[in-house]
Amino acid sequence: MKGDEVVDGNESPARRGFHPIDGTRDWWADAPQWQRYGVYLLVIVFALILPAPWIGSFMSPDSDWTTVLIFPIGTYILLAVGLNIVVGHAGMLDLGYVAFFAIGAYTWASIGTKYGWSFWPTVVLGIFLASVSGVILGAPTLRLRGDYLAIVTLGFGEIVRITANNTDAIGGARGITNVPHPEPLFGMEFFLDPAPYYYLMLFAIVLVVVFSIRLNKSRVGRAWAAIREDEDAAELMGVPTFKFKLLAFAIGAMIGGFAGTIYASKAVFVEPNNFPFILSATILAAVVLGGAGNLPGVILGAFVVAWLPERFRDFADYRIFVFGAVLVLMMALRPEGILPSRQRKAELREGTGGMGAMGAEVAGPDSEASAEVTK
Amino acid sequence: MFQDLQSQFLGSTIGGLVAGSIYALIALGYTMVYGVLRLINFAHSEIFMIGTMTSLFILITIAPAAPFTIISMIGILVLLIVASALVSGGSAIVLEQVAYRPLRKKGATRLAALISAIGASLFLQELFALIVIPDVFGKSGRVQQSAPRFIPHEELFRIGNGVVRTDHVFVIIGAVIVMVVLDQLVRRTRIGRGIRATAQDPEAAVLMGVSIDRIVRITFLLGGAMAGVAAALFVMEYENTDYRIGFLLGIKAFTAAVLGGIGNLRGALLGGIVLGLVENWSSIFLGSAWKDVTAFVILVLVLMFRPTGILGESLQRARV
Repeated sequence: MKGDEVVDGNESPARRGFHPIDGTRDWWADAPQWQRYGVYLLVIVFALILPAPWIGSFMSPDSDWTTVLIFPIGTYILLAVGLNIVVGHAGMLDLGYVAFFAIGAYTWASIGTKYGWSFWPTVVLGIFLASVSGVILGAPTLRLRGDYLAIVTLGFGEIVRITANNTDAIGGARGITNVPHPEPLFGMEFFLDPAPYYYLMLFAIVLVVVFSIRLNKSRVGRAWAAIREDEDAAELMGVPTFKFKLLAFAIGAMIGGFAGTIYASKAVFVEPNNFPFILSATILAAVVLGGAGNLPGVILGAFVVAWLPERFRDFADYRIFVFGAVLVLMMALRPEGILPSRQRKAELREGTGGMGAMGAEVAGPDSEASAEVTK
Repeated sequence: MFQDLQSQFLGSTIGGLVAGSIYALIALGYTMVYGVLRLINFAHSEIFMIGTMTSLFILITIAPAAPFTIISMIGILVLLIVASALVSGGSAIVLEQVAYRPLRKKGATRLAALISAIGASLFLQELFALIVIPDVFGKSGRVQQSAPRFIPHEELFRIGNGVVRTDHVFVIIGAVIVMVVLDQLVRRTRIGRGIRATAQDPEAAVLMGVSIDRIVRITFLLGGAMAGVAAALFVMEYENTDYRIGFLLGIKAFTAAVLGGIGNLRGALLGGIVLGLVENWSSIFLGSAWKDVTAFVILVLVLMFRPTGILGESLQRARV
């Protein structure tokens, strides 16, 4: 675990000087195993007591805190962790991520109401259907790059939403009402009390985070990093880029579908308007705002993006207005995000960091951008 | 089915050409900015929205008083086009200064620029919904705003079953004139050469004495002005707008730009027309609810077989 921090000669921890965030990260990079597990334990204890009312009275005085923790906060975090695999790890720009969320949600909403299946196997089905649709979208389109891919995924998101809107079998524009709650599990009743949903969501987040970390540290993660940095070079070095891009896409879709099924079971009511483009944009903003590729950053970004509008409900009308301004401002101040990935930061310094610099930027190399479309 | 096709085909074709001309005009802004900056200017759709609001404001102010003569009609239309083009072009310059220039100076990734664009887009939409529309028009910003008619939508002549109305002619002629002017500007003038040089190789362009900042500003101005022209024609043709009007039209226009080959001005024109036509034809069979789905399916299909669009990219190849 220690070896994978990218530290070049000029950036050794001793020379860097103290910085509150960097200092913590340096300590974390060198911390022994038992200290790390201690921190994990603290984080989990903190997450377990998080719905406590005394925290809620500060965090969201105007609405029920536990409910806010499930949606939007928990849902956004889950979605952001999933999208981070596609955008942060594999370096593909996906603007239609909400489609997979919708597919998961609609799976449980329609199967739960029509056939009365149990929730737990349906979750697996929802995840499966979302990943299949990820493969269906990805297989023909993943040889596109950058902005071409972005616009195609955006189109896919809209196709799913408009299709849901026009298909009477799944309720059309009226959506599906009376979506059933999950069956009791380990003595937990899923009904009006939000707490069991919170623990379900927490479990899902922990599961997905561990999965994401393990995946990124595996051979698959290194292949993604290679693709993100330079797809052509990766291909020449023998990485089957298409296969790994498809894998990233399908795994991202799975997590989106997972989030969708949980969301539908809590929301009781699912309609096409729940899945607009702006949700895709918001999740992407959360990923980039937090620091694409860096999991703690991404979770922090999702939390901030989900929580701020809830905290400031007094300005309810103005929250999107402020959110837009904050995005512009944040990108101008910290274009790499609040907690940028150190690995990506190192890539950025030496090159284009996967996403490519803007053109007409004399300081940054432009070669990658123009090579992108000539293939 | 076949009878539907027969009776509606020419009508849909005319509707498709009109919608396609507007898509093409908006697409020019995407394509020029993409050609120079390699950036999807996501907030371009809001530049278009600002143009529609400008036209609406002028129409509400002066149209009721104006007589229905041919001179006054053309006069108002020219006024709308010029005013919207100026306001939209100016907004595009401000947008570039605020949302993109700081990132460009820092050498930020295009992903960061995209997020900045999405932020600017949300900001502008809400600015109009919350502040500008209620203040200027005295109505709720969230409802559709309708514009008064100043050009009669009268039948001029028929081609088979297709009715050609006055407004159709105005849109198509207006769009063609503006596009030819822009095309010649990029191909023949000094500014156009600067734009093409920057699109091809910014570093070499700087060495050759091109001021990149100036070129980027001009690119945004021209692209914004095109969106303004599109906005004026849109308000004349469809007679309504709202604060979110830019979203779907913007996506369609970007689709058109990608279809034709992004960065390619003539490609944007072709892409816009193709998209407008196919969309309208498909709605004969599938109903208008599926129109938007068709647009995206076409996009995916074209990109699968021609990953750089119908004409291929790009601005720098538009040599004389």
